[in-house]
Amino acid sequence: MGAYVIRRLLQMIPIVIGVAALVFVLFTSVGEDPARVALGQHATPEALAELRAEWGLDQPLWKQFLDFLVQIVSFDYGRSFNTGEKLMEKFQQGALVSLSLTVFPFLLGTLTNIAIGLLIAYFRGSWLDRISTALFVGSMSISYLVYIIAFQYLLAYEAGLFPINGYESGWSGLQYLFLPWIIIIVVSAGPDIRIYRTVFLDETKADYVRTAFAKGASESAVIFRHILKNALIPILTHVVISIPFLILGAFLMERFFSIPGVGDIMINAINTGDFPILKGLTVLIAIAYTVFNLVTDLLYAWVDPRVQLS
Amino acid sequence: MSAAAEGFAAEEVVVRGDSLLRRAWRTLRRDRLAVISFAVIALYVAVTLLGYAGLLPDMQERVGEKYEPPSLSFAKLLGTDIFGRSILYKILAGAKTAMTIGFIVTGISLPIGIGLGALAGYYGGRVDAFVVWLYSVISSVPSILLIVGISYVLEKGITAICIALGVVSWIGLCRLIRGEVIKHRNREYVLAVRLLGAGDVTIIFRHILPNVFHLAIVTASLSILSAIKSEVILTFLGVGIQDGSSWGTMITDATGELVSGIWWPLAGVSGAMFLIMYALNVAGDALRDALDPKLID
Repeated sequence: MGAYVIRRLLQMIPIVIGVAALVFVLFTSVGEDPARVALGQHATPEALAELRAEWGLDQPLWKQFLDFLVQIVSFDYGRSFNTGEKLMEKFQQGALVSLSLTVFPFLLGTLTNIAIGLLIAYFRGSWLDRISTALFVGSMSISYLVYIIAFQYLLAYEAGLFPINGYESGWSGLQYLFLPWIIIIVVSAGPDIRIYRTVFLDETKADYVRTAFAKGASESAVIFRHILKNALIPILTHVVISIPFLILGAFLMERFFSIPGVGDIMINAINTGDFPILKGLTVLIAIAYTVFNLVTDLLYAWVDPRVQLS
Repeated sequence: MSAAAEGFAAEEVVVRGDSLLRRAWRTLRRDRLAVISFAVIALYVAVTLLGYAGLLPDMQERVGEKYEPPSLSFAKLLGTDIFGRSILYKILAGAKTAMTIGFIVTGISLPIGIGLGALAGYYGGRVDAFVVWLYSVISSVPSILLIVGISYVLEKGITAICIALGVVSWIGLCRLIRGEVIKHRNREYVLAVRLLGAGDVTIIFRHILPNVFHLAIVTASLSILSAIKSEVILTFLGVGIQDGSSWGTMITDATGELVSGIWWPLAGVSGAMFLIMYALNVAGDALRDALDPKLID
């Protein structure tokens, strides 16, 4: 186990280097000159040269890439081109805000979606199954943008049930989060429940289910003691691998509801061409993703003794 | 043994094989919702082709006053926008853009996914390690940031979107195909054709891929779907289609208009998107049910 973890951690190195190279190519060596973007069309050559030197853009490319790798390892991503803020501080603040937006609906949504998925799998082939399938496919066919616009307009603007947008930290800020939470849960229901339903249906066809019934176990015992436990493995994979994206937040949601999370930082950086932010953000999320990939595999082995780590 | 061989030689019985495709076609035809969905997809494809033939009405043309609600003339069926342009014509132009992107992205990602997946699964070893590394790198970068990066490098517009979405969307299929090919490469039929002297290319293309091809077909319909969804969101974020012929632009405009009670642009574009996305979803499910050998008894 220990050896496996170490080997997997070592395997992360080429992946992180690959990500760094990709990000470097996309945001540094090609595209517009960031100094010109920052200073505008009418900047003097001297001012441009000075800014380029300050940001290290006058160094040869390989030197810039090495610096970037050092930045990644030391978790120091420099400062924003536009505001001069330290990136890590900005990220930390933003990540907390994003997590306050996404964690609660993620947990609640996952639990209810698993429960509903199990219920629908239990009534497979019935009218309930057919109607809910049609309903979920319908809900998956509506653009995320349309959900946000419609909910914001109907529930906040027309009905006045929630504030239209805004954010405050602390308990008083909860009022701003309710509506985004509702939307996240509603949007995740369709695709998630369909996945969980399929997972449960696959399990019902397994040999151990037939054996359990043959030895006289009741239906509820088979479902809760056998199927639910075995279905945990694919469910776990699906859930754990979604976690890194919680940090990025529901960026469209943050945009529409003026929530200053990581997604909002990202969209602002896209609009202003703030490359250090885009680079840092990409690498951080990529690292989080690789780590959670490893966690998924370890959990896999922990819940399923048949899985051999090698 | 010899009797069987004799009988085979003597009679030359040709059993009409019930091919996978023929059986799939029968299953599909029975499913009424699937048939309707394929018709809807065909309709959108037809609109796209009409667009390229220059036969769609001009979306820039003024057909009435500004913000006319829907009425019973063809151009004003879904109302007009702030410049008195037909919402319906704009939706048709958006459909052309969306379908074009859906098909081109799928056209890029399908061969990459199948090719790399088959190579990695069949050869294993270093080839496999490289392909796995490549998709691990790409999939650990949030696709929105990757797409934005690519559209910085290329000029913003339809080409950048197609390439960017193509680059990120082959991974799921590649994983699937790789896994299946690994399962198949040591099956008896593969060993048999290898003993008969078949080369790697023949084995991969003539023998293994036909067995896993249903995955590609199912993935294709879902890939068109997700490309359309992504295009709308990218255009909304300002990194997508720049000339206004996109559902994403229409949704952006509609956000402000809703507050003044102008609901028809949003309703129209949402309806048009819903229709094609529902059809693609249903088509994907129906194809899976009809083509997956594991689901056919």
